[in-house]
Amino acid sequence: MSMEKYLDFSRANLWAELWPEIALCLGALIVLGIDLFSKNRNAKQLSGSFAVFFQLVLIAVHLLDYLLIRHTFDRVSFSGMLKHGIQQDLARTFFLISGMLVSVLAHRYLRLRKLRTGEFHHLVMLASAGLMLLCQTQHFVIFFVALEAVALCFYPLVAFDRESTRSLEAGIKYLIFGALSSTLLLLGIVLLFGVGSNPEYWGASLSGEPAGDPLSFAFLFDLLSENPEHPLLRSGVVLVLIGIAFKVGAAPFQIWVPDVYHGSPLPITAFLAVSSKAAGFFILLALLNGPFAGMTDFLLPLLSFVATLTIFFGNLAACSQRNLKRILGLSGVAHAGYLMVAVMASMLLPGESDRAVWILFFYLFTYLLSSYAVFGVMSLASGDTDSEHELVDYQDLANQCPWAAFVLVIGLASLAGIPPLAGFIGKALLLSVAFETKLHLSIVAMVIGVVVSIYYYFGWIRAVCFHPPKNLDEDEPKVNPWSNLAGIGLQKIFLLCLAATSIVFGLWQGSFGDAF
Amino acid sequence: MMSFDTFLLLGAIVTPFFGWILFLCGFPRDDRKIKFVGYLIFGFPCLAAFLLFLRFDLLQEGYCFEVLYDRMGLQKLGITFHLGLNGISSPLFAMAGLIGFCAGITAIHSNPERLRLYLSMLSLMLAGLMGLFASVDLFFYYLFHEFALIPTFLMIGIWGGRNRSGIALELTIYLTLGALVSLGGLIALNVFLDAPKFDFPSLSEAIGQTPLNGSAAWKIFGLLMFGFGILVALFPFHTWAARGYDAAPAPVSMLHAGVLKKFGLYGLVQIAVPLLPEAAVHWSPWLMWLALGNVLFVGMVAVAQTNFKSMISYGSIMHMGYCFLGIGACSALGAASAVMLMCAHGLSVALMFLLAEFVYRRTDTLEMNEIGGLGGKSPLLACFCIAAVLATIGLPGFGNFWGEFGIFLSLGEQIEHRFFLGLSALGIVLSAIFGLRAVSRLFFGSPSESLRKREKKCPVYDLKGKELFPAALILGSLILIGICPSLVSDRIDRAVSDRYSSNSPSGSTSKPSCCPSDGDSDR
Repeated sequence: MSMEKYLDFSRANLWAELWPEIALCLGALIVLGIDLFSKNRNAKQLSGSFAVFFQLVLIAVHLLDYLLIRHTFDRVSFSGMLKHGIQQDLARTFFLISGMLVSVLAHRYLRLRKLRTGEFHHLVMLASAGLMLLCQTQHFVIFFVALEAVALCFYPLVAFDRESTRSLEAGIKYLIFGALSSTLLLLGIVLLFGVGSNPEYWGASLSGEPAGDPLSFAFLFDLLSENPEHPLLRSGVVLVLIGIAFKVGAAPFQIWVPDVYHGSPLPITAFLAVSSKAAGFFILLALLNGPFAGMTDFLLPLLSFVATLTIFFGNLAACSQRNLKRILGLSGVAHAGYLMVAVMASMLLPGESDRAVWILFFYLFTYLLSSYAVFGVMSLASGDTDSEHELVDYQDLANQCPWAAFVLVIGLASLAGIPPLAGFIGKALLLSVAFETKLHLSIVAMVIGVVVSIYYYFGWIRAVCFHPPKNLDEDEPKVNPWSNLAGIGLQKIFLLCLAATSIVFGLWQGSFGDAF
Repeated sequence: MMSFDTFLLLGAIVTPFFGWILFLCGFPRDDRKIKFVGYLIFGFPCLAAFLLFLRFDLLQEGYCFEVLYDRMGLQKLGITFHLGLNGISSPLFAMAGLIGFCAGITAIHSNPERLRLYLSMLSLMLAGLMGLFASVDLFFYYLFHEFALIPTFLMIGIWGGRNRSGIALELTIYLTLGALVSLGGLIALNVFLDAPKFDFPSLSEAIGQTPLNGSAAWKIFGLLMFGFGILVALFPFHTWAARGYDAAPAPVSMLHAGVLKKFGLYGLVQIAVPLLPEAAVHWSPWLMWLALGNVLFVGMVAVAQTNFKSMISYGSIMHMGYCFLGIGACSALGAASAVMLMCAHGLSVALMFLLAEFVYRRTDTLEMNEIGGLGGKSPLLACFCIAAVLATIGLPGFGNFWGEFGIFLSLGEQIEHRFFLGLSALGIVLSAIFGLRAVSRLFFGSPSESLRKREKKCPVYDLKGKELFPAALILGSLILIGICPSLVSDRIDRAVSDRYSSNSPSGSTSKPSCCPSDGDSDR
C-alpha cells in the first residue's frame, strides 16, 4: 500500500476526535483489572473509587479541551460516519457527567448490599462510551452498533442484583422489550436501505447517480426529501421512530418503564432515567432535523399525538402509584412527553435557528441535576430490599436528616418545575418556544400535565417535611431506613452540589442564556 | 453607582432573602438573638418601603428607583432583572413591607416549634412579596410570586391547623394551575409582541407599533384573566382560599390574604387591561358576572360561617369581588379605585387575621358560638376588632371606604354597568351582617360555659405591648389612608392616568384625572 493510502486513511479516520470514548474504555479496563487483581473486599472497593476519580478527571479534561481548543465548527470523521460539533460535545459532556454520578451513587450502594463492584463500574463506563458514540453518528450502521453496545451493557446492569427476584424480573423484561425495539428499529433501517439501494424503487423525481452510501444520513436526507410520500420509506421512518420511542419510554411504548425502573438497582434506575432517555432524544433530534427532515409534514401530527399521550399517561399513571421508583419512572415518561414538544418545536423552527435544540439541552441538563439529586437521596436509605421505596419510609426525613431532605425537596421541586429552580426555567423556555411555533395543543397538555404532577411530587415533599401522623396501632417499630448514614461524605458533597447547581441555574443562566 | 434609593429597594428584597438562608442554616443559635435578628430582618424591608414611599417622585414619568441588570441569563428573550416602582406599585410595596413586619413580629412572639425554620420560611415569603411588587420585568414578577408560594405550602403543612396536609396540597395544585395559566398568558404576550424587553414599557411600546389582532389579544387576555383570577380566588375558583386561610398559621394568612393575593389583581391592573384594552372590554361582562358571584354568593357563604377565621376568609374573598368590578369597569377611575381598595383591603384583612389569632390565644377556639363576653375582659381587643370590622364594611374614615366608593362611582359612569352597581351594593349589607354579628357574638353577651371553665385555669388578659404594636401599626395606617387618601391616591392617579388615558376604550366617559381624593389631585 502506498503512502497516499495511509495518509487518506488517517485523514478520514480521526481517532483523536474519539479520545474521550477511548479513554473511558481504557478506564473501564483498568477498573476491571483492579477488581481482578485485588485480594480482599476493601481492595475491591478501590475500583469504585478509581472509577469515580477517573471519570471526574475525564470530565475536567474534556471541558478544558473544549474550552481551550474551542471546537466550535462542525467536522466529520470516519468517512462521514461520525460528526463532531458543539452539540455533540455537549451531549458527550452530558453522558460523562451522568455516568460519573451513577458511579458516585453506586459506590456506597454496592458496598451496603455486598454486590460486585468492579463489573458494575466497568459496565457503566462502557455504556457511557457507547452513548457518547451514539450521539455523534451520521450513519445507520454505526448507529445500530452503538445502540446495541449500550443495550448489551444495560441488560446485565438491570439484573445486577441477582439475589433479588425483582431485579431479575426487570432484567428479563428489559431484555425482551429491548430486543423488540431493536428489531423494529432494524426493520425500519432495512426498509430505508432497501428503497435507498434500489434505484427502481425510488420515486420518479430522484434522478441521476446514487449519491453515496444508502445508509448514511446525508443520502437518506436527499432520498426522503425527494420522496416524502413513498409508502415504504414512510413505514421505514415510522418503524425507526417506534424503536427510539421504546428507548425514551414515550407512550404507547412505555409499558416496560414502571416495572424495569422498579426492579433495577437504584443507580441503574437513575442511569436509565437520565442517560438512556437523553440518548434517545439526542438521536431523535439528529434524525428528525437530519435525514427525516423532508417528512416533517407527515411526522408532526404523529409526534404531536405521541407527545400529548405521553404527557397525559405519565402524569395520570404516576398519581395512582404508591412505590416511589415507579412514580419516578412514570414521571420520567411525562418528562419524555415535554421533551417531545421541544423536538417538535425544533422541527418547526425555520432553517438555522437552533433555539429549540438548546432549550432541549438545557432541559435535559436540569433533568439530570434534579433526577440525580432525588435518586441520590433515595440511595442513602438502607433497606433489605432496595426496590421497596414507599412514601412511609420518607416520613419525617426533614427531622432526621435535614440536608438530605433539603436536597430531595430541591430535586423534586425542580422536577415539578417550581421557580426559582432550574427545572422551571427549562419548562418556561419550552413553553415560550412552543408558543413561538404555535403548538397550542401541546401547550395545553403541558400545563395540565404539570398541574397533575404537582400532586405526586408535592405529595412526596409533604411526606418528607410535614409531621408524620401518629400511628397508634403499631405493633412493632418499623426499621428506620435512615438510621445508617455513616460513610456518605463523598455522596453528601455531590448531592449538595447538585442541589446548589439547580438553584443557581434557576436564578442565573449568565452567558448560557445567549443560546436561547 | 448605586444611589440611596436603589440601595433601599434592593435591600428590601435582599434582606429577607438573606434571612431565609441564615435561619435555614440554623443561625443564630441562641433564642434571644433570634428575636433580635428577626426584628432586623422583618423590620428593614418595612422601613425601606416606608422611606421609598415618602421619597417617591410624583412628577417622574414611568418608574422611579430603577435597578437594571441584563445579564441574568435569559436576556435573549428580553428577560432582565429590572426593579423599580411606579404609582401603582409604590403603595402596594409599602403595604407589603408593613404587613410583612407585623406578620414577622407575630411570628417571632408566637413560639412555634422549630422557630428558626418557621422564620426562614416566612422571610422567604416576604422576599418574594417585596420582589413581586418591585419588579418591572414580568418574568421576575412571576418568579417572585412563586418564591412566596412555596413557603406557603410548607408553612401550612408543618404549622397549620386542622387537616393541614391535605389542604396544603390542594392549595398548591390550585395555585400552580392559576400560575401556569397566567404564565402561559405572559409568555404568549412576550412571543406575540416580540418586544426587545419583557417589561411593561417595552411591551406597551411594541403593542403601540404593531397592535395584536383581535383574536390573539382576546385569547391572551382570557388566559391572563382566568390565570390571575384563580390566584385571586375569582368566583368559581375560590374554594381553595377559605380552606387554606383557615388552616394556615396567622402570619401566613396575613401575608397571603393581605399581600400575595393582590398579585393577580396587580397583574390585571398593571399589565393586562392597559396593554389589551379592547380585549378587556370584550371580557368585561364575564369578569363582572363572576365578580358579582364573589360579592353575593361568597358573601352569603360568609354570613353562614360560625367560625370566626372562616368568616374572615370568606369575607376577604368577597371583597376581592369589588376589586374585580373596578377592574372590569375598564376605566381609569375603576382601576385606580381597585388599587386603592387593594391597599386598604390588604391592611384590613391582615388586621382581621391578626385579631383572630389574638382571640384564639385567649379562648383556644374560634367557634363564635363558644365565645362570648370577651369585650369585658379585653376591651382593647374589642376596640380593635370593632374598628377592623367597620373598616372591612367600608365605613368612611377607613381606607376601604375610598376604594369601594370609587368603584361604585366608576360602575355608575356607564349605563350598562349600573345593573352591577345595584346588585354589588347589596354586598355592603352582607358584610355588615356578618361583621357586626361576629363582633356581637365574640365580645358582648355572656361568656359561654366552656370559656368560663377555661378562664378559671388561665384568665383572659388584654392586649399586651408586643400584640398591641402590630395591630396599632396596621390600624393606624388604615385610618391614615382613610383620613388623607391623597397620600395614596396621588401616586395611583399619576400612574393610572398614564396608562388608561391614552387607550381608554370608553373614551370621553372616563376622565383621565380621577380618584376619590377630595379634589386635591386636580392639576
